[in-house]
Formats: sequence, C-alpha cells, structure tokens
Amino acid sequence: MIIDPGMKTPLKKVKGFGAAKSGTDHFWQQRATAVANLPLVGFMVGFVIYHLNSTRADVIASLHHPVVALLLIMGLASVFWHMRLGLQVVIEDYLHTHLTKFTALALNIAYATSLFAVAAYSILKMSFAP
Amino acid sequence: MAESKQGARAERPLSPHLQIYRPMLSMTMSITHRITGVALYGGSILLVWWFAAAAESDSYFNMVQAFFGHWLGRIILFGFTWVLIHHALGGIRHFVWDMGKGFRLSSVEWMVRANLIGSILLTILLWVVAYGVKS
Repeated sequence: MIIDPGMKTPLKKVKGFGAAKSGTDHFWQQRATAVANLPLVGFMVGFVIYHLNSTRADVIASLHHPVVALLLIMGLASVFWHMRLGLQVVIEDYLHTHLTKFTALALNIAYATSLFAVAAYSILKMSFAP
Repeated sequence: MAESKQGARAERPLSPHLQIYRPMLSMTMSITHRITGVALYGGSILLVWWFAAAAESDSYFNMVQAFFGHWLGRIILFGFTWVLIHHALGGIRHFVWDMGKGFRLSSVEWMVRANLIGSILLTILLWVVAYGVKS
C-alpha cells in the first residue's frame, strides 16, 4: 500500500501491527482453525467411538487407509494449534508478571506441539506398519 | 481506607465488581466457553494417550481400552464429548457474532439456551448412536 508521506495518520502505527506486532493474525488463526475443527474433529470423534471396543489390529487396519490417517493428522494439527492459541489468551488475561507469563506461554507451546508430535508419530507408525 | 493528615480519602464510587451482578445465563455461558476450552486442552492428552497406546503394543492398548471401557472411563468419555460439543456450539455462536449478527438481547438469550440444550441433546444422541451401532 502506498501512503502519501504528507498524510501520516495512525495507519502508520497500525502498519507496525500494534503492541504484539502481529495485528489480527491471532484472531484469524483462531477462527480459521475453529472452522477446520468442525469437520475434522467430527471425523476424529467418529473414529474414536467406532473403535471404542476395538483391538489394536482393528485400529491399525483403519489407519492403513491414507485418507483416514491424513484426516486424523490434519485434525490434530488444527486442534492443537487452536488449543495453543486459545490458552495463550487465557494466560495473557490472568498472568501479568513477566517471568510467570512468559514461562506459561512457552510451556503452552511446548505442551501443544509435543502432544501433536506424539499423536502424529503414533498414527504414522501404525499407518505405515505392515 | 488510608487516612492522611488531610483527612479521610474521598469516597469515590467504585466500578461495579463482577460478583454484584445477578448471575445470568449469558455470562455463565461465556465463562463456560472458556472453561470447556481449558478442559479440552487438558483432556486432549487422553486422546494422545490412546493413539500412543495403539502405536505401542497389544498389551498396553488393551489396558487403555479396558480403562475407557470401564464405567468410570465411559463417564470420562461421556463428559469429554459433552464438553467438546458444548465448546463447538459455543464457537458457532461466536461465528454468528463475528458476522455482526445475533446481538439483539432476545437473540443472545435464544442462542445461549440453544447452546446449552443442544449440547446436552447432541451428546446423548451421539452416545445412543454409538451404543446402538456397536451393540
């Protein structure tokens, strides 16, 4: 966007994306993952309920289908990112001392990404298993 | 109230605290959306545990399946699905607001009731179908 240098308005500050330097990015990511979660989590809940009484062999047999494995992994990616964004807001609302807040924000990312890694690895391991 | 040589501090009106408001369904549902979100954040570890167990071994997976098959495990799963559906419907409610619609007081009241009643009905329906199909 071209701004007339003679017309400096608060837009100049806004283009720095505000105090968090990320603008409305967090909000949009929260909504985008929320929309994605609706079908993907629906599928995930269906998968888990379908396998409530299954043996391990049944679960692995289902995961051999690439679409099943991929939908689950995409669902997990969307869910854990949504979760991380959501808890970040809770942390920022209630924790105000710097050290506590930044520790909590870091742990939040560590928790969500670790759980995603474990779940995605588990699914891929079973999907690729003979 | 701190007193100084100038005398008592002026009694200025305080902004109303949250606890003086009569609890309303809409504000209860607002905080419930956050609480269910945090609960799902913690509960998601159960899902990961289940996947990891299936990837691990037959004996470990059987143990985890037995835990969720036990009545206590089933109550946890039932609660989990209610919390999930409630949060999902709450999210849809927020989408309506994001579109700039549904801000009339009557609409807000209607939506929070639909959220609560809908989540309970859908959870029961889900489990009726789950048990109906599997047995």
